[in-house]
Amino acid sequence: MKIFDKLLLLISFILISSTINAQEVDRTKPPALPPPKSLKLPQLERFELSNGLKVILMEKHNVPLIQLNVIIKAGTIDDPQQKDGLANITLDMLDEGNAGKTSLQIADAIDFLGAKITTRANQHFSGIYLHTPVSKFDEALKIMGDIILKPDFPESELKRKKKEYLTTISQWHDQPTAIASIAFNKLLFGDNHPYGKPSIGNENSIKNFSTDDLKKFYSKYFKANNAFIIAVGDIKKNELKNKLEKIFGNWKKGEIKEIKISEPKQVENRIVYLIDKPNSAQSVIYIGRVGPKRLTEDYNSIIVMNTILGGSFTSRLNNNLREEHGYTYGAGSRFIFRPAAGSFLAYSSVQTEVTDKALIEFFKELNGIREPIPDEELNRAKNLVALSYPQNFQSVEEIALQIEELIEYNLPENFFNDYVKNMLSVKSDEVNTAAKKYIVPNEMIVVVVGDKSKIENGIKELNLGELKNLSVEDILGKVPVIEN
Amino acid sequence: MKKTALLIFFFSIMVSAQIKIPYERYVLPNGLNVILHEDHTTPTVSVNTWYHVGSGYEKPGRTGFAHLFEHLMFEGSKHVPEGDFDRLLEAAGGENNGSTTEDRTNYFEDVPSNALELALYLDSDRMGFLLDAMTPEKVDGQREVVKNERRQSYENRPYGLAWETIYKNLYPAGHPYSWPVIGSMEDLNSASYEDVVEFYKTYYVPNNASLVIAGDINPEETIKLVEKWYGNIPAGKPVPPQNPAAANLYEEKIVVLEDRVQLPRIYITWITPPKFAPGDAEMDILANILSGGKNSRLYQRLVYELQIAQDVSAFQNSNKLSSQFFIIATARAGHNLTEIKNVIQEEINKLKKEPPKERELQRAVNQIEASFLDNIEKVGGFNGKADLLNSYFYYAKNPDYANEDLARYKAISPDDIRSAVQTYLLDNARVILSIVPKGKTDLAVKPNAEEK
Repeated sequence: MKIFDKLLLLISFILISSTINAQEVDRTKPPALPPPKSLKLPQLERFELSNGLKVILMEKHNVPLIQLNVIIKAGTIDDPQQKDGLANITLDMLDEGNAGKTSLQIADAIDFLGAKITTRANQHFSGIYLHTPVSKFDEALKIMGDIILKPDFPESELKRKKKEYLTTISQWHDQPTAIASIAFNKLLFGDNHPYGKPSIGNENSIKNFSTDDLKKFYSKYFKANNAFIIAVGDIKKNELKNKLEKIFGNWKKGEIKEIKISEPKQVENRIVYLIDKPNSAQSVIYIGRVGPKRLTEDYNSIIVMNTILGGSFTSRLNNNLREEHGYTYGAGSRFIFRPAAGSFLAYSSVQTEVTDKALIEFFKELNGIREPIPDEELNRAKNLVALSYPQNFQSVEEIALQIEELIEYNLPENFFNDYVKNMLSVKSDEVNTAAKKYIVPNEMIVVVVGDKSKIENGIKELNLGELKNLSVEDILGKVPVIEN
Repeated sequence: MKKTALLIFFFSIMVSAQIKIPYERYVLPNGLNVILHEDHTTPTVSVNTWYHVGSGYEKPGRTGFAHLFEHLMFEGSKHVPEGDFDRLLEAAGGENNGSTTEDRTNYFEDVPSNALELALYLDSDRMGFLLDAMTPEKVDGQREVVKNERRQSYENRPYGLAWETIYKNLYPAGHPYSWPVIGSMEDLNSASYEDVVEFYKTYYVPNNASLVIAGDINPEETIKLVEKWYGNIPAGKPVPPQNPAAANLYEEKIVVLEDRVQLPRIYITWITPPKFAPGDAEMDILANILSGGKNSRLYQRLVYELQIAQDVSAFQNSNKLSSQFFIIATARAGHNLTEIKNVIQEEINKLKKEPPKERELQRAVNQIEASFLDNIEKVGGFNGKADLLNSYFYYAKNPDYANEDLARYKAISPDDIRSAVQTYLLDNARVILSIVPKGKTDLAVKPNAEEK
């Protein structure tokens, strides 16, 4: 091979003349690879502001961006009785008026910077997330400070938000996957468990929220000792500390009572819930059961096991239902981890006509994963989980999410750096044990959203377990009536 | 897409810095363009191949081929048995996917940097040796998967048939953009094996492709590896030119669809200037002025003040032959689409009379500028740097186009926006689609409704 003289760069590219003989390339086997490089992440830096507010920073200087997440230890599990959705709407309303500025003024100020501030309630934690060019950090941080520390919760904005949420609920009635997902959690955890309810609440609770409800929730949980800050990006520790001190240094502490949530009941028999959605081109299938909590000792083996079952493109579920049978565009499974119980879920959208056949294949794989796993398959899954891990550390937003998980679950400081090693050392028998423990096909709920008239008979004949017919309204309630 | 994937578009963010993606470009004797970019932030590499063919190169009656190919390209080639493409990549810790538009098909493999050569081996084998392993059974198998993709993404999705209805009405029959990228069920059913083979031979050749390798690489070694694996793939015949019919719309088309939905939704669409042509950047900024954030004109009126719509969005879908400008809004219960349309029309008319305020324009430009920083954070995936370099190379004929791209937006004045609205958002050259709940056609936009 010969590359023309560098002068040719002047014409903007290099023409290569090849002298390699075609026969020299051996395509009969894949090239041998050198060992993978290890991921070397910058050290996490931890410090506290004068009021004890904890800050965790990872410096990253290659792109002039900063991600700053303020995490509050409260979420939808803290919704009071009869006030489902309060955490969600409180977080959503933070930027709808604060320090005397209107919703529109706040939005204009953020947008003009080219920054982005989002607020979101999750189940156990909530967050205010700032993503900004480093050159606009000071101005953006000041706006963020007002959003977190001085919300006004204006009456008119709450009224507007209520209409928006009620309309969202009405739109769920159109969406088969939304129906399946809401039904799955409701039927698995029950109406009275916080994991069984949609985060935005229901028609009744939404209509009854008052600005006082929001203010109470806010003043109960928005305390310096009930929050922490994650920063990732193009800034040095001392500079960040000074800037944060100015904005958050006077944030008051308070007394917080932690809520204990009840242990959900495990599924005892297999029950099939058929939710009728006439004229559907596909049936949405969700199959699963209550899963372990995040801090289970089996975490690593579960991740590897699920990768084999339904967590990757070559996984058994996708390979069977999509590649071998052509029933679907994709099938998979996952474990949803939480501080208390999690859930295991296997899912797909399949062509209406093959709904029963697809269910047979699902259960074939759910049973099959409990058998010993061939080495090639096991190693492929371990390598995928371990070696693709560095991909999660490219953008400031993704890195901040990784750190958030680390802090929320109090994972070991060396969690990131040991991840690859730990996943590669998962043993075959550990994976088999995890499968037998967590994938119990006879104790699962099966949710199918589809055209009952076309699929009910086929499902019945499978004798999977008790079959219960439900309507979309049984899951979502009636379409909300919205007063103008 | 080959795989179901959640596409997250950040739109946000900004700054005043030069956006630089340093690169080296090479052309192999077989015509393959190769672009290399170093970034050692994480030990990962993205191998990103664009074939300069999309659904716009298909023939009427044979639609959906480019996308069907996007699936077949993962099903094995001469030296890579069926299933091994994904198995080998996963075993090395790599991930991959592909996507198809009207103009191009892209494929990427994001791998740990030690697995670069594996990605090149796999990607080159399907460039050079796909047909050796192609069988009618494989075509049939992926045909079924694609039909399910169509069911999942269009037919079983609320409002899912909007897009193909709009494009069919916006462009004349036979125009490359008049049919949907995924193709019709009829064409997918009737595509013969021979048709598929012919399509591959015509378009999937090194001289119709560009390969970007970005990430933790040594350029000198990398170009040697590229030569080794791609160098002996023979060039194909010159690719036949696309000869599109003229795409001029001289009327306002009012179209109504009924769907299983709770709320009616309006789609107003115009044909606008191609990607990177004069007028294209104006439309991006206009989209932001109309629907970017709470202070945007349509959001503020329809959603925030009048509260008659649940959502509104405006965007420029930039393409090679021409672009499309969309305004989409969903009416709240108790409101019809004529009400919504009248407000949209008022706001368009205002912009035809008076240019936007300086601050509105600057706010839009600042957000677009910030989004350039997000685009250079990641090397791989659907919108990482590798894909961006290929996009600039294909659409602007120059991978080093980020600063020119950004400069387009910064050069625009409020008057430019006004004249773009006057020139392109014509009342008598657009498609207005109403999607309404079954049996509720009275909620749809009626012809000349704003005069009533």
